[in-house]
Amino acid sequence: MMSHWIILPVLLPALLAPIIGFVMRHDLTMARIASVAGTIVLVAIAMGLTVSAAGGETQVYDLGNWPAPFGIVLVLDRLSAILVLLTMVLGLAVLIHAIATGWDARGRHFHALFQFQLMGIAGAFLTGDVFNLFVFFEVLLIASYGLMIHGGGRERMRAGLQYVVINLAGSTLFLFALGVLYSSVGTLNMADIALRLQEADPAEAGLIRVAAMLLMIVFAVKAALFPVHFWLPATYANAPAPVAALFAIMTKVGAYAIIRVHTVSFGPGLEATQDIPGTWLFPAAIITIALGALGVLGARQLLPLIAFSVVGSMGTLMIAVAALTPQATAAALYYLLHSTLAAAALFLLADLVLSRRDGQALSPRPAMAQTGLLAALFFGAAIAMTGMPPLSGFLGKLLVLDALRMPGQITWAWSAILIGSLVTIVGFARAGSMIFWKTTPTDAPDESAPETEVAEPRRLTVAELAPTMAILAILGGMSIFAGPVMSFAEDATAQIYDRDGYIAAVLGQQEEG
Amino acid sequence: MELIVASAVGVLTAGGVYLVLRLRSFPVILGLALLSYAVNVFLFASGRLAINMPPVLQKYGEASYTDPLPQALVLTAIVISFGMTAVLVMIALGAFFEAETDEINMDDPAPAGDEDRA
Repeated sequence: MMSHWIILPVLLPALLAPIIGFVMRHDLTMARIASVAGTIVLVAIAMGLTVSAAGGETQVYDLGNWPAPFGIVLVLDRLSAILVLLTMVLGLAVLIHAIATGWDARGRHFHALFQFQLMGIAGAFLTGDVFNLFVFFEVLLIASYGLMIHGGGRERMRAGLQYVVINLAGSTLFLFALGVLYSSVGTLNMADIALRLQEADPAEAGLIRVAAMLLMIVFAVKAALFPVHFWLPATYANAPAPVAALFAIMTKVGAYAIIRVHTVSFGPGLEATQDIPGTWLFPAAIITIALGALGVLGARQLLPLIAFSVVGSMGTLMIAVAALTPQATAAALYYLLHSTLAAAALFLLADLVLSRRDGQALSPRPAMAQTGLLAALFFGAAIAMTGMPPLSGFLGKLLVLDALRMPGQITWAWSAILIGSLVTIVGFARAGSMIFWKTTPTDAPDESAPETEVAEPRRLTVAELAPTMAILAILGGMSIFAGPVMSFAEDATAQIYDRDGYIAAVLGQQEEG
Repeated sequence: MELIVASAVGVLTAGGVYLVLRLRSFPVILGLALLSYAVNVFLFASGRLAINMPPVLQKYGEASYTDPLPQALVLTAIVISFGMTAVLVMIALGAFFEAETDEINMDDPAPAGDEDRA
C-alpha cells in the first residue's frame, strides 16, 4: 500500500491556487484565509512526512500507478522531507508577513501565485525523474515571475524582465541537457540513469560528460554561482521584500538538484563525470564567496546588501556541496537550512525597516520609531547571516570548515570562508550603524529628493514582527539543538549516499505494481 | 536527413543566441523563441531519426519503430515554451509601458536616496 501523503505537498497547492485565483479573485479576505489555512495544512503534512521519512525508508510514489522506469515517481527520503518542511515553514512565515504588512494587496493574484510557487518548489524536491524536475522548475519559475513583478513599478518591471530572460535561457539549456542525456542512456528516471550509466559504452562517455556539464550549468544558474550569478542581486533587490524572502529557498533548489544528481544519477565513481564538482564547482564557489563579500562591502543600499550576502552564503554552501563527501554534505545540509532562514529573516526585517524609513540608501536619515527593537532584530539576523555565535550560522560555517580538510581544499576553502565572513561582518556592521545609529535630526536637508512622506509613528503590530522573530527563534533553536539537527543531517546524508538503496527502492517497485 | 536536422538545430541556436544578446526586448523575445524551436527539434532527434515508423510496437519482436518518448517530451516542451513566451511578451510590454524604453539592461544605479521603494 503506497502512502498517498507524498503527493499532497504538490497536489494541495495545485488545487488551492486555481480556487483562490478564480473563485476568490475579488475577495482578499477569503483569499488570505484560504492561503494561510492551506499553508498551515502544508506545514503539518510536511512535518508528518519528515517524521515518516525519519524512519530511514526511501518511500516511492508511482504516479498513475505506473511502475518506476516507465512512469514518473516521487521519492521521499530524509533529504527531500526536510527540504519540503523548510519550504513550508518559510512559506508560512513569509505569507503572514505579506498579509500583515499589506504586500499582498498591492497587486492581483498574490496568493494564487504564492501557492503555485510552493507547489513547484515542493515538487522539485520530491521528484525522482529529471524531466519532471524540469517541469517543476518551470512551475516554480512561472509563479516566481508573477511574484517578482508583484506591485509593479519601473525598476521592478525591468529587473523582472531580465530575470525572466535569464531563466528562459536556462530552461532551454536544461532541455538540451536532457536531450543529450536521453539520447545516450535512453531513460530519464534518476535511478534508472544511474543503472544504465554503470554499464554504459565507454564511447558514450563524452556525451554523458556534456550532459552532466550542461546540467551543472543549469543548476548553477538557479543557485546563482559565478559566472552565472549576475541575475541574483538585481532580482532580489527589486523584488518585493517578502517575495525575496521566499526566493531564498529557490537558490537552494539548484543546490539540492546538484546534490541529488551527483549522488544518484552521476554517482561517485563514474569515470566520465566524477571530477566535475571538484574541477568546476569548487573554484566557482570560491569566487562566488569573494563576489558576495565584495558586494556586501560595496553595496550602498540595504536590499542589494542583503542580496549580495545571499550570494556569499550560496558560495559557502556550494563549497561544501562540491566536496561531495558524506561529512561535507551533512555540513552543507545544516548550512542550507540555516542560510535559507537567515536570508529570509533579513529580507523580512529589511521590509519592516524600509516601511518606516525614507528610502533604502545606507546614509544618515532621521531616526525612526522603535529603532531599538528593529536594531536588535537586525543585529540578530546579521550575526546569523555572517556566521557569528550564538546563532546557527557560526555552527554551520564551523561544520563546513571542519569537513574541508583535504590538502587541495583547505587553503582555498578556509581562506575564502574566513576572509569572506570577516568582510561580510564589516559590511553588515557598517550598514547597521548607518541605519540605526547615525541618524540626522528630523527634517534632514541633505538629500536631493524632497520626500514629503513623514515617517509614520505607528507601532509595528505583533503580526508584522512575529514572522521575523519566529525565524530568528528557529535559528536559535537550530543552535541549541544542533546535536539532533546534525544527527538528522548525517542520517539524511547516509541515505543519499546509499545509492543502491535508492535504486532498489525506486526500481524494486516493478513486482508490486 | 541527419545533415538537415543537425544544421537546422545549429542555425536556429546560433540565430537565437545572437538575438538574445541584443539589448532590445523584441529581438530577445524572438531569440528565445528561436532557441526553443532549436531545442524542440533537438529533443525530437534525441530518440534517433526514423521515417515512416510507428511510434509504438505493433507486435512484440517487430523491431522497427520510432521512440515515442521524445515526442511526448517535445509536446511538453512546446506547451511550456509557448506559455513562457506569452508571459515574457506580457512582462516585456509591462516593462516597456512602465519605463518607456525597451532596453533590456538596467539603468545605472540611482544616486543614493532617490530610489522609490514601492
